[in-house]
Amino acid sequence: MTLVKTLFASSALATLASGVAMADPALIYDLGGKFDKSFNEAAYNGAKRWTEETGGSYKELEMQSEAQREQALRRLAETGANPIVMTGFAFSDVLTKIAPDYPDTKFAIIDMVVDQPNVQSVVFTEEQGSYLAGVMAGVKSETDVVGFIGGMDIPLIHKFECGYAQGFKSIKPEGKVLINYTGTTPAAWNDPVKGSELAKAQKSQGADVIYAAAGGTGIGVLQAAADEGILSVGVDSNQNHLHPGQVLTSMVKRVDNAVYDAFLAGTDLEPGVKVMDLAAGGVGVAIDDNNQALITPDVQAALDDAAAKIQSGEIEVHDYMADSSCPVQ
Amino acid sequence: MDFDTIIQILDSAVRLMTPLLLACLAGLYSERSGVFDIGLEGKMLMAAFTAAAVAYATGNPWLGLLAGIAGSTALSLIHGLASITFMGNQLISGVAINFLASGMTVLLGQKIFGLGGRTPSLTEGGRFGEITLPFADTIREVPFIGPIYAELLSGHTALVYVAFACVPLTWWILSRTRFGLRLRAVGENPASVDTAGVSVTRLRFAAVAICGVLCGLAGAYLATGLSAGFVKEMTAGRGFIALAALIFAKWRPWSALFATFLFGLLEAIANRYPNLDLGVVTIPSMFMNALPYILTVIILAGFVGRAIPPRAGGEPYVKER
Repeated sequence: MTLVKTLFASSALATLASGVAMADPALIYDLGGKFDKSFNEAAYNGAKRWTEETGGSYKELEMQSEAQREQALRRLAETGANPIVMTGFAFSDVLTKIAPDYPDTKFAIIDMVVDQPNVQSVVFTEEQGSYLAGVMAGVKSETDVVGFIGGMDIPLIHKFECGYAQGFKSIKPEGKVLINYTGTTPAAWNDPVKGSELAKAQKSQGADVIYAAAGGTGIGVLQAAADEGILSVGVDSNQNHLHPGQVLTSMVKRVDNAVYDAFLAGTDLEPGVKVMDLAAGGVGVAIDDNNQALITPDVQAALDDAAAKIQSGEIEVHDYMADSSCPVQ
Repeated sequence: MDFDTIIQILDSAVRLMTPLLLACLAGLYSERSGVFDIGLEGKMLMAAFTAAAVAYATGNPWLGLLAGIAGSTALSLIHGLASITFMGNQLISGVAINFLASGMTVLLGQKIFGLGGRTPSLTEGGRFGEITLPFADTIREVPFIGPIYAELLSGHTALVYVAFACVPLTWWILSRTRFGLRLRAVGENPASVDTAGVSVTRLRFAAVAICGVLCGLAGAYLATGLSAGFVKEMTAGRGFIALAALIFAKWRPWSALFATFLFGLLEAIANRYPNLDLGVVTIPSMFMNALPYILTVIILAGFVGRAIPPRAGGEPYVKER
């Protein structure tokens, strides 16, 4: 009995202590790593902006292996972090399991829908952003062949591929999209050598614009495209600066905004599904000083046209994840 | 599939096989001397990082190459210290080296460049440029031979030619020199070498050091030849494929050339044709990527000849008292 009492008291104390330290939000990066120049880095930038603007502090954690997910999530929840934001679809199973155990903690997951009362699921309409990238590639392509290089072969990346193909076909109905995936394991996100080799293979088949949705592997794709004198399209973060004048654009996913909003909302984070689409500024194509010269008036016109039509609903870009198939090939 | 396509695929295969070949030969020296080395992956990774970091800092790929060799050799010597001097388990030491390299590269990279383990992208001067062999442009137009010479043989980085030169060199060293004979003997029967008055420890350390140098070349080629900078875990399992190739090649240099070429070719084909349509069946790229491992298992299982490792491999040599 005494033992139970002691335990009870200490756990109450722990709760109290964590209550004091509470309200620090937390961010978990997925396997790509914090500075992948892409998806996770965008999340980091959002958190950084929040820190700069509010002066608050947050906890962060980088995943090193698949096995850590549950442990990492529980650890953060135990320490009283609230809300906990995680980047990446891979957290969905773990979060579904853990969320009910911490009803007072708010979670936000990016790129996946988890149906729990204390979880906000942030999803991006990557197909819309990729569609715009496809439109630009379609106008720019002289060979009528463009390439797509995905990282790990998963439905989410097919969503990028499918949107891109639809956009390209809307400009060049007879054109051809070459499609490669780097691999089927998480190592596929970090293999720039293979990325560059895939880009060279696509170039030799006539591709003159290559879209890389492949994390760190994409760095190799962009490099090879620049070496070979063809255009590339970056992804997630703005990657135009990596090879100025040789990256046509970047399909940006404002993961930073999603993280920033979640941090700002704090414990009042609204559960449910939050769709970050083109109209909401969640996705788009990056145009800055580095690629301004490539954006000729015809590209700009096609781009504006497509963007307006998507926002008005005139063009409905098919979402691969809705039925696991793509209307165009 | 026309002639140009075949040339392009072979060209890609040559690029892809080079790191495998260098790592495979590295493993060959080490294992023929009786020191198993599953740390090839880690050594390549470390070399890739140091090469990229120094090449970025100095703008000179050759200095990067030296740094790559130094980084990889340092790990080799740790392996030697653990498994030769202290007679530790060679497999465990190898695994430790893989982990050490995986962690150290990211840690150092983050500390130095603050890019999360990545090094900044190398500019033109910091990378190995492509070497155009003499007369490549003049005979390009000659049918058949022209494209083979101009596209396939010419236009690779210096390290590719170094790698290919290492094959006959290794064969010559192992089978025509006194050092090579002793090296092979120490992997088969170290006691007899010791009886002959030759230091087993010194021979094995020499082999492990050569292994480090070759892994250094492989890593530097990945970071400063094939790509432009280091990305964490960029070796992506190539060290293990090289080990598979080594078994596939039955620990022989010329067979290593063939095995790594086969593995490179399979990858190049998988890159070119994600879904290889053979008319009757369509082979997905996953199968092509898994094929090197499947082939290795078949060889190991003894279906196609037998792969017999050096007899004293994996065992530290204890001198009789």
